[in-house]
Amino acid sequence: MTNLTHLTALEQAKLIRDREISAAELLDATLKQVAKVDGRPGSVDGVETEQDLEKVHAFITMTEAQARAKAADVDRRIAAGEPVGPLAGVPYSAKDVFCTKGIQTTAAAKILNGWKPPYNATVIDRMDKTDAVLFGKVNLDEFTFGGSNETTAFKPTVRNPWDYTRVPGGSSGGSAAAVAADEGAISLGTDTGGSIREPAAFTGTVGLKPTYGRVSRYGVIPFASSMDTIGPLTRSVSDAALVMREIAGADPRDGVTGRVAVEDYLAELEKGVKGMRIGISPDYLKITHINDDGEYASAPIDEDVLAKMERAVAIFRALGAEIIDDVPMKNTKYSVPAYFVISRIEAYSNLQRYDGLRFGMPTKRETADMYDLYYKTRGEGFGYQTKLRLLTGLFVSQEKYYEKYYRRAEQARGLLRADFDRAFDPNGKYRLDVLLTPSTPSPAFEFGGATAKDSLLMQFADQFTSPMNFAGTPGISFPAGLSKDGLPVGLQAAGYDYSEAKILRAAYAFEQATADEDWRSVKPMALR
Amino acid sequence: MTQEYEITIGLETHIQLNTVTKAFCGCKADSWNDAPNTNICPICSGQPGSLPAVNKAMVEKGLMLCLAMNSNVNLTSYFDRKNYMYADLPSGYQVTQDNRPIGVGGYLDFTMDDGREVRVHIHNLHMEEDAGKTKNEGDIRLIDMNRCGVPLIEMVTMPDLHSADEAATYLMRLRQLLRWIGVSEANMERAHLRCDANVSIAPKGSKTLGKKCEIKNINSIEAVRTAISFEIQRQIREVEAGRKIEQWTIEWDNDAQVLRKMRSKETAADYRYFREPNLMPVVISPEFYEDVKRRMPEMPWARRARFMSDFGLPAYDASILTADRETSEFFEAACRTYAGDHKRVSNWMMNEVLRVVNEKGVPLSELAIRPEDLAEIIKLVDAKTVNTSTGKSLVDKVLETGKKPAEIVKELGLGLVSDEGAIKEVCRKIVDANPKEVASYRGGKETLIGWFVGQVMKEMRGKADPEMAKAILTELLKG
Repeated sequence: MTNLTHLTALEQAKLIRDREISAAELLDATLKQVAKVDGRPGSVDGVETEQDLEKVHAFITMTEAQARAKAADVDRRIAAGEPVGPLAGVPYSAKDVFCTKGIQTTAAAKILNGWKPPYNATVIDRMDKTDAVLFGKVNLDEFTFGGSNETTAFKPTVRNPWDYTRVPGGSSGGSAAAVAADEGAISLGTDTGGSIREPAAFTGTVGLKPTYGRVSRYGVIPFASSMDTIGPLTRSVSDAALVMREIAGADPRDGVTGRVAVEDYLAELEKGVKGMRIGISPDYLKITHINDDGEYASAPIDEDVLAKMERAVAIFRALGAEIIDDVPMKNTKYSVPAYFVISRIEAYSNLQRYDGLRFGMPTKRETADMYDLYYKTRGEGFGYQTKLRLLTGLFVSQEKYYEKYYRRAEQARGLLRADFDRAFDPNGKYRLDVLLTPSTPSPAFEFGGATAKDSLLMQFADQFTSPMNFAGTPGISFPAGLSKDGLPVGLQAAGYDYSEAKILRAAYAFEQATADEDWRSVKPMALR
Repeated sequence: MTQEYEITIGLETHIQLNTVTKAFCGCKADSWNDAPNTNICPICSGQPGSLPAVNKAMVEKGLMLCLAMNSNVNLTSYFDRKNYMYADLPSGYQVTQDNRPIGVGGYLDFTMDDGREVRVHIHNLHMEEDAGKTKNEGDIRLIDMNRCGVPLIEMVTMPDLHSADEAATYLMRLRQLLRWIGVSEANMERAHLRCDANVSIAPKGSKTLGKKCEIKNINSIEAVRTAISFEIQRQIREVEAGRKIEQWTIEWDNDAQVLRKMRSKETAADYRYFREPNLMPVVISPEFYEDVKRRMPEMPWARRARFMSDFGLPAYDASILTADRETSEFFEAACRTYAGDHKRVSNWMMNEVLRVVNEKGVPLSELAIRPEDLAEIIKLVDAKTVNTSTGKSLVDKVLETGKKPAEIVKELGLGLVSDEGAIKEVCRKIVDANPKEVASYRGGKETLIGWFVGQVMKEMRGKADPEMAKAILTELLKG
């Protein structure tokens, strides 16, 4: 018997449509897989114990009852010969920042523990129209603040299915881990500085961050509103293309969504990369940081990652793509510090609404007045990382520092954007279709690593992903092999505005060309 | 000799736009008489994940006000976040416009009762969302979020006003204008139009302004007049007692008719303004701009001037007839149908129609009389089909029944009798019945003719053509 949970969403959907299996059976198999590999769900009272260390812990909330009802409805309609959506009966999970009507939505923050939104995110409604089956909400870094999932208030935290001693990445760590561990073929994530692509790279999954405004953000708890994007994490490029086709498009509820037509990304995949101009930039092959003397300095990226890059270039060249070397993206170095400023300011402002009054948990202690209620509620309800971001956001947003920080960060943003405009200009020197970069400077790091003092690679884990959030352009992280330690390495195909079809095509071509390679059949630790 | 003072006043007004829905969501904007927290949704109640979407009607009305105030319109303006935490501000920031608002500069000219022309300059106009309402009941603080997200225009004047009377007159003119262009109900009692006043005094001739105090919460024209007067007197008392004016924020307690100090010398709050990333810039296309401009009504001051120059109306009439747009349009429509002396229409309008409006306290639009009815009544009087007093009563009858004047005249037989035979018969009867008066008349007391005419009119229940009756009586009384 086929391992149902290891199939792609497309394969699962076909089996259901062809009545080989029922949606209920597939849901059962998926829930069984969760029961087998996931362990305890995250909770605010959770304390990590020895037993928790060898489980994935991707989920916070299972929505089994609603999922069963939806699956039964799909089965009934298929039996009756009624039309169903393209993802009919396919179980999927969503990062716990997507508002789900009447279903707890926490953003992995204690202050939202138990909050049941009165409405659905647009994307949740769109997925429902495809007849996909939402079966659970997955863990993340608290309010998406992190790149390792360690900042969640819901413990035990998510562990990397490839190596339980390593982080799954973040902030969509639960999404990436769930998909990698065959707990559903699709998970919806969000990406503000790399939060889809980094965990995808760390878990050997595909993660697509679309153009800013391609997918509605309505009903998604925000981090930094000018950079938040929504996309799928999957095990195949085709699945990512299909989900993107279904969730993309203008939404009157999100004014920044563009009225650009949505292509049939799935149908576009087969067009291949022959004649495609794929650029390589030296600025994405090293880490640039500010050293103790306040000067820009360079550090090399991980050797394994560099080796995978080189191999991928050879493969793309062999497939008929034109490789454009030495594309300058010289403002990449500003990305991390400027991103820091803008994302903190927007995050601080977005956090203002959490007062524990209209939603979430107010303090149970005595309070003297309204502000005391705020202080205590927020003091108890926010985790360390959230407080850190709030305070840094408060600091850099002061009116007296407007020119020094916000204005300069906006200027840096303009410069970064100009890098992309130049590289992708169809009449310019480089005329790129795709920019190929590593997704992250290194494979997944160990727990505790993100806060370790000397780990430059970790601090700058966002350096190759945050520029796209700054520029508003799309990027897809796809698996490119395993490191010497057997950890997944991800590469990124980045594109220009609304060029999701092209970057998906590149990732798909690579996937097809390497389909039979040995590393493809290596299973993550959780599935062995 | 007593010191004279220069008074300087600037007003900050908040104007509630009369859009159907709120500024950034689909909730009903007007919650008058609605139970608390009934017109709310995930957006205006600040639920996590919700996003604002700009109501085009707010931008249109904002643009109209900019045009009416002669402001420079920013065809691209931005929304910003003003960050502060308060229980009636659900998202912890107010979406407003900071450094690139929809309108910059501008002015409003108006005439004081003594004929003085005053020009008030406008600093800027910006669009923003309202906060909710806070009500304290003992230890409990109640929040009504119905008002959250209601669209406002904040309009700030330059310090161009120099008396409480000027401030009150400016507000009256502004209220008239807002209703005239149809952007706000401008009802101060219902807080559609709110006003804070910055007041300072300085010795006459002084080159610098005194320290200003801000009076909050002044919610009627009368309150503006009283509160500002009180504050001016207070500041003069302070200065004359040798004390310095401190920068206070003062609240006007309308029930007690007193000013109360709220706080002194605020340390300026840092609102950490930055662009609201969830909203695209507000772009007014040249087509939209031209379209709104074309649809702008003639401004009240222009219409008043036209009524004087083209219609030959006295200033008094022109002012009254342009007090609101409806009245002026009623008047003009009646003039068009009447096609005669405009002053005659003006008299009828002011003496009859506006009398009823004032008596009943209802707007003109709710009365059954239409401009063509008024024109018809005046024509009936002109044609002597009815006399003036019947004409006046016709106004009331149209209001009662909603029927056309001619129809009423016909139904009730109100038309003047101009049948010479019929009138002559009555005249003879009166002459025969009053020999004493006839003798007096013939003895030289010719003013009695009026009494005779009156008797005839009485007998004929006012329907006789008085001119004709007078002629017949004169003839008969010659003897």
